[in-house]
Amino acid sequence: MSKTINLTLKVWRQKGPEDKGHFETYEAKDISTDLSFLEMLDLVNEKITLEGKDPIAFDNDCREGICGMCGAMVNGIAHGPQKATTLCQLHMRHFEDGEIVVIEPWRARPFKIIKDLVVDRSPFDKIIQSGGYISVNTGSAPEANTIPVPAQKAELAMDAAACIGCGACVAACPNASAMLFVGAKISHLALLPQGRPEAAKRALSMLRKMDELGFGNCSNETECEAVCPKEISITNIARFNREYLKASFGSSEK
Amino acid sequence: MELDSRVPGGPLETKWERHCFELKLVSPANKRKFQIIVVGTGLAGASASATLAELGYNVKVFCIQDSPRRAHSIAAQGGINAAKNYAGDGDSIWRLFYDTIKGGDFRAREANVYRLAQISNNIIDQCVAQGVPFAREYGGLLANRSFGGAQVSRTFYARGQTGQQLLLGAYSAMMRQVSAGRIKVFPRREMLDLVVINGRARGVVTRNLITGAMESHAAHAVILATGGYGNAYYLSTNGMNSNVSAIWKAYKKGAFFANPSFVQIHPTCIPVHGTYQSKLTLMSESLRNDGRVWVPKKPGDKRPPEQIPEDERDYYLERKYPSFGNLVPRDVASRNAKEQCDAGKGVGPTGYAVYLDLRDAIQRDGEEVIRKKYGNLFQMYERITGENPYKTPMMIYPAVHYVMGGLWVDYDLMSTIAGLFVLGEANFSDHGANRLGASALMQGLADGYFIIPYTIGGYLAGTELPAVSEDHPAFLDSQKQAQETTRKLLSINGKRTVNDFHRELGHILWEYCGMTRNDEGMRKAKELIPELREQFWQNVIVPGSSEDFNQSLEKAGRVADFLEFAELLVEDALSRRESCGCHFNEAFQTKDHEALRNDEIGCYVAAWSYNGPGGKPSLHKEPLVFENVELVTRSYK
Ligand SMILES: Cc1cc2nc3c(=O)[nH]c(=O)nc-3n(C[C@H](O)[C@H](O)[C@H](O)COP(=O)(O)OP(=O)(O)OC[C@H]3O[C@@H](n4cnc5c(N)ncnc54)[C@H](O)[C@@H]3O)c2cc1C
Ligand code: FES
Repeated sequence: MSKTINLTLKVWRQKGPEDKGHFETYEAKDISTDLSFLEMLDLVNEKITLEGKDPIAFDNDCREGICGMCGAMVNGIAHGPQKATTLCQLHMRHFEDGEIVVIEPWRARPFKIIKDLVVDRSPFDKIIQSGGYISVNTGSAPEANTIPVPAQKAELAMDAAACIGCGACVAACPNASAMLFVGAKISHLALLPQGRPEAAKRALSMLRKMDELGFGNCSNETECEAVCPKEISITNIARFNREYLKASFGSSEK
Repeated sequence: MELDSRVPGGPLETKWERHCFELKLVSPANKRKFQIIVVGTGLAGASASATLAELGYNVKVFCIQDSPRRAHSIAAQGGINAAKNYAGDGDSIWRLFYDTIKGGDFRAREANVYRLAQISNNIIDQCVAQGVPFAREYGGLLANRSFGGAQVSRTFYARGQTGQQLLLGAYSAMMRQVSAGRIKVFPRREMLDLVVINGRARGVVTRNLITGAMESHAAHAVILATGGYGNAYYLSTNGMNSNVSAIWKAYKKGAFFANPSFVQIHPTCIPVHGTYQSKLTLMSESLRNDGRVWVPKKPGDKRPPEQIPEDERDYYLERKYPSFGNLVPRDVASRNAKEQCDAGKGVGPTGYAVYLDLRDAIQRDGEEVIRKKYGNLFQMYERITGENPYKTPMMIYPAVHYVMGGLWVDYDLMSTIAGLFVLGEANFSDHGANRLGASALMQGLADGYFIIPYTIGGYLAGTELPAVSEDHPAFLDSQKQAQETTRKLLSINGKRTVNDFHRELGHILWEYCGMTRNDEGMRKAKELIPELREQFWQNVIVPGSSEDFNQSLEKAGRVADFLEFAELLVEDALSRRESCGCHFNEAFQTKDHEALRNDEIGCYVAAWSYNGPGGKPSLHKEPLVFENVELVTRSYK
């Protein structure tokens, strides 16, 4: 049943990439527990706006957990306390009346802060550009059912392909590694027959790009898996490592 | 102005092939001399950008989100249609064509829809080759399911994330061209104006949403693929950034706006819970494959659903429409839900909800099978409502979802401005007065992968296009005007927030020009909207500056455009003297409360042209001629 609660928010405010940033405290009063976390922020922002001040900037679009645009550290956890849930799908019924809630942006070297809770995740696009695709021009595809894919493989590929690219994995990792993100893409494509021809090249170039962009290495902390809103499994990292090993030994392209 | 749809002659089946042959070609060496602008990176924009770049054109592509992969196509759940007939249940190109024309209540162009059905199969081939992990049968072949308005199983899907997977496919094709140097992506950009020089679209002016800087971009042709404007209603299943601004600016520069009042209200969404709700969430239509829709027979029955015995439940869709049952088209399902609730039989705290019950399917197939098909939808429902749909029936209610209306385009997808092409939900092309489920993804990808690559070539090869540079006065004018609007918005410093105005506008449209409409209500809306607009320009508060990241300013610009556009939407609804598909005017209905078309006067596309600020828009009618199908009364009984 819906009720209302009061919260104290400590929100990271930072004017731009060069600003040092600081925490600011806001009272969020009479928050219906049916609201989503972002709707709660909307309400706080309405109030800030009417006071003539600058509202809290945060990224969002679909508000249904699929576009990967939203995200913040809530009490130190990427996307907040509820497992397998993006920030936009987190609802206020998971908070207690009187709770203090600390809200910060993703903090990871490769993601520069643009403003407040908004960060620059364009390094993810750059990783995909380095090989996260199957090279097939429009119009050159064979009839779809000429490439059968065992249902189980298709399911595994889909599990990996469910990644929304939100960056929570990087934010949660002490090394700011993007291995879960990269592992998911490599797995998705390597599991499918269509993706095999380029599998080796793909693994090598995506890993190289990830290093170059300043993401750290994976030291098996598994924090990434714990916060992933789509429950992408770290077995994808293992699969990536296998693909990479195969590629490093088997390929002429080092 | 005479509207020329430029539909090629000859038999329906060979029109497109012949047209492709007759279109002029740009030689491979010449393609690289052309610059093309694509605004939007959803299915339509991403597929167009990738394909044009593969052909050798230089492409600049713009989107609002921080990455092109986040366009709202990502949220599409249920699936994409194609006439593969893998299920062997009697499907064919002709049947997909016919279902789509009929589903649209005979208010779409035959030739366009037929082409769409023809191309549908190539889309599936392309997506599979890109690695889209569609659902498979145990033997490894592609699986299908059924969607509303069809009696065959022709919908391809990737769990409940079909849009995501298709978009990631198109996005990765695009990224491949970025690395090949053919595409340059400009994320976090908003198009503020279309630049027209000598009657031709030659570029856009954008705002860099990080720095606030105004930027000009010149090109030989401009493609808008900016999605739908359902957010005019405030609450909808669209993304928060979805807008009408891009196509509205083009309208003001001379592009005709077609059928703006054709707005689809989707029957199965999570009901509204309170004032500060920011959006509505769709529960995919695919659930109607296995779910049964019902309300208690007795008005005001407040017992929990488990306690309502079978014979006191009214499965009203199955009762009224025995042959399509729960799979009637969306407009029919939505109006019926409203009718039940208006009769006091609605359920839930507000009384504006009906049950969508999967109990029987769970009993029949087991929870595991159902979880595999709909797991992510059930999870989403549980997140939002705090209720477990495996145990208790879901509550649903109709919500604004999709717009059939959009910029008018001819058979080549070119608007009334030469060199301005419009793709995807942003155009009006294929769905008439009501879109069938799983057909928008198909249309967006057909437009982008398989139509525009041909038709834009025909335009570029056959047109003299002198070089223009970004310091042409037309660019400077557009920039100046955009700056002036921004300055005004920031200086009002009133007492009401942008959201507050947006909410009120949404309320007006929903009440007076929503699921059912009547003349009195629409006239009232026509008075209320300009009043609200005036208040907005006197009393809105937009904090911050134009020289940095300012989300309030972004939103204010979009709401300002909605406030203008809403009037056209209502005008269009009022001017159509019939009901058809989603447009339901109470004055035109059968005795069973179904939409009553009037083919004598209603077989036209309403295309509106702009007549300056304060001027009344003019209506131009493109007659719809049906040579291949018989106009019948839609019946799903
Ligand atoms: C929740 C939901 C579920 C759906 N499920 C299905 C389904 O199962 N099957 C189906 O067929 N259809 C479905 N649809 C409909 C379908 O998803 C959309 O119609 C389709 O994806 C629209 O694609 P698009 O490329 O035209 O636009 P979008 O994907 O909306 O992309 C618009 C693009 O334009 C950009 N843009 C917009 N305005 C501007 C501007 N002013 N300046 C710069 N850039 C701009 C955006 O940033 C974005 O990149 C669903 C829709 C919703 C909302
Ligand atoms: S806003 Fe799209 S995932 Fe949260």
